[in-house]
Amino acid sequence: MKFASRLVSFDPAPGDRFRPISTPIYQTATFEQQHADSFGEYDYSRSGNPTRSVLEKHLATLENGTRGFCFSSGMAAIRTVTGLLRTGDEILADSDLYGGTCRLFSKVIDRNGIIVHYVDARAPEQCEQQITPRTKLVFVESPTNPLLHVIDLRRMAAIAHAHGALLCVDNSTMSPYLQNPLDLGADIVLHSATKFLCGHHDVTAGVIIVKDEALAGQIYFLQNAEGSALGPFDCFLLLRGIKTLKLRLDCQQRNALAIARFLANRKEIKQVYYPGLNEDSGYELQRFQAHGAGSVLSFTTGSVEVSKAIAEHAKFFHITVSFGSVNSSISMPGTMSHASVPPELQAERRLPPDLVRISVGIEDEEDLIADLDQAINLAISSQSSQT
Amino acid sequence: MSTYDPQDSTVAIHGGRSLDCHANSILFPLYQTSTFVHDAVGVDKGFSYSRVSNPTVDALEKVIGALEGTPPAVCFRTGMAAITTLLLSVLKSGDHAVLSDVVYGGTMRLFREVLDDLGITASFVDTSDATNVEAAITPATRIIFIETPGNPTLKLTDIEAVARIAKRHSILLAVDNTFLTPILQKPLELGADISVLSTTKYIDGHNATVGGSIATRDDKLLERIRLIRKTIGTTQAPFEAWLTLQGIKTLPARLRLHCESASVIARWLENHPGVERVYYPGLDSFPQKALAEKQQRAPGAIIAFELKAGVETATRAMNSVKLCLRAESLGGLETLITHPSSTTHADLDPKLRRGLGISDGLIRLSVGLEAPEDIIADLEQAFAAADSSNASEEVTHEIR
Repeated sequence: MKFASRLVSFDPAPGDRFRPISTPIYQTATFEQQHADSFGEYDYSRSGNPTRSVLEKHLATLENGTRGFCFSSGMAAIRTVTGLLRTGDEILADSDLYGGTCRLFSKVIDRNGIIVHYVDARAPEQCEQQITPRTKLVFVESPTNPLLHVIDLRRMAAIAHAHGALLCVDNSTMSPYLQNPLDLGADIVLHSATKFLCGHHDVTAGVIIVKDEALAGQIYFLQNAEGSALGPFDCFLLLRGIKTLKLRLDCQQRNALAIARFLANRKEIKQVYYPGLNEDSGYELQRFQAHGAGSVLSFTTGSVEVSKAIAEHAKFFHITVSFGSVNSSISMPGTMSHASVPPELQAERRLPPDLVRISVGIEDEEDLIADLDQAINLAISSQSSQT
Repeated sequence: MSTYDPQDSTVAIHGGRSLDCHANSILFPLYQTSTFVHDAVGVDKGFSYSRVSNPTVDALEKVIGALEGTPPAVCFRTGMAAITTLLLSVLKSGDHAVLSDVVYGGTMRLFREVLDDLGITASFVDTSDATNVEAAITPATRIIFIETPGNPTLKLTDIEAVARIAKRHSILLAVDNTFLTPILQKPLELGADISVLSTTKYIDGHNATVGGSIATRDDKLLERIRLIRKTIGTTQAPFEAWLTLQGIKTLPARLRLHCESASVIARWLENHPGVERVYYPGLDSFPQKALAEKQQRAPGAIIAFELKAGVETATRAMNSVKLCLRAESLGGLETLITHPSSTTHADLDPKLRRGLGISDGLIRLSVGLEAPEDIIADLEQAFAAADSSNASEEVTHEIR
């Protein structure tokens, strides 16, 4: 079955005698027991809920995994993956990571004696050098947020496995439609489902998908013990959003490529970061391991003031954190989504202060380009009138 | 026992209202959004991303804080997410905690199977005797975590006495106040630093959501908990917060009825010839009745009891109820009946379980808002059915 069909062809309500097409929302904390000393399939919604089960199963299928788990946020999913580690263990992570992940690594798990080493995962030899016998987890995004670096996931899996570590890929910028890290050798794939999976900016959620049963058991244990599972209503909204994933992304991706080309041709734009452009250093690898370049892209202007003015003059592009929605958005990662990256790491990973990240939505392509065009013109003219 | 505070009803109904709610809706709107638009780069109207904060969740935090007598509380996806976030906020590798031996099984599991891997240790002691708390404190102890009344035998811990010990050692005292809520017991007024709630129970009151909250007057700690919550992403969802916000409005009224019914049922149980023992802080026979009167505003609505005839009969009685529902959890409108040794406390070592007074014949009742006469009639027929079906084991399974 092709992906578009898989998105809508699943059992929305297993065993339900009314045969609804849309999954019922089991908005309940507790389930009745058949007998005093035994439970049925469900007993307490923190531990399991029928609405959540449908979503978790569907997501596992879409990522070509066997078990899926939904969490109250993408960060709760990442926190759960770090829960597989114990004091003395190490993580090897790519240095271009979402700011919240960096904060988790530097403010929470370090207090428990877990050390994180950062590398530029585009250079596998750096990974080989930094990996140690204590490394239990290799953690990367691809394409990364916000610099859109493309990481060779097959290669990362080989390096991790040669050293007895697990590879976890944050697939939020791609969604299961464009990239399936488990097929490329990853052990754990996770998503901020707040992004493309939801697509409508109405749910905060996270997802973990794995293939290995033992690993699934550990993740389930933590999800239940730490109480981080997604609520039934949000599961329903996600199930609904996922049905249009391909429709949305096809359109968003078309728009993104047109915008990337437009920006690349504007002399005021210093550099465009988008692996869908032929001249991008990640272009070939992205074509090799994914089915598209997605709809998140970044660019620099050479001036923080000009970048800021573009963001503020754009009308279709709202200034917000997050990405992946039907609405276009614009942000400056250095002061917004990545503000929690420690300054020394910001410098080390060379996050340009004038970097602008845009997430392209489903608005009309011409409207979006015209909007960026006027925003750039205004930004440049207000800049030159000031000097 | 001191009386209910009539102000609490007003606070429960109006405490979450916000004057700047721009459409003047009586019910606070459900902000089902993950993201908020910024006015300019770096300039927002107080909300940016719902994992960090959300107006609907804020409204719930305001009302819980107002009831607890603290600044706005912090709300979480579940009660266990609240406890996980609290402990990750205050404990690091090498630290130690002292806990009641009767804390909720999930809290115990968190220490034994999650935090243990991170080099965090804990002592579980009988905190009903405060000297045990003092004796368990080590130089590495950072927090004392008690639950009173304890689950399921309702053993009480003297909050003021433990608070004095905590202060003397400069250690935080957290109280899991889920069984009573701030309507019936205000831990911060009794000297505790932190009040923890599973809002799944009485606060929501309708079994519609799972959630948790933490309240404290310590601004630095509050800030720390919010930082860790946004970092590990355990924030309550807007829809669950909205439902809880409606549920909490009737909390004081519901609890009054819950407690009235529970007192009637507890007395009936105590006088029943087939009942060996009843645990309920409102009964004269309850060993810590004086302490209950000192620190609680009412005895609560959880009752535990044992049948004289033992385990098999208890199980049969539970399988014979028709109105009461067999389910974990508590605090909802429906009366729930639970067999702790095979459900809520099944993970515990049997020896340890018996040490905590949880015999295999113990039954826990969360008294709901049905007519108490109907609940009593249901229990009566269930006890009778359990007795008469002694011979034929199969019959009981056909009932439901």
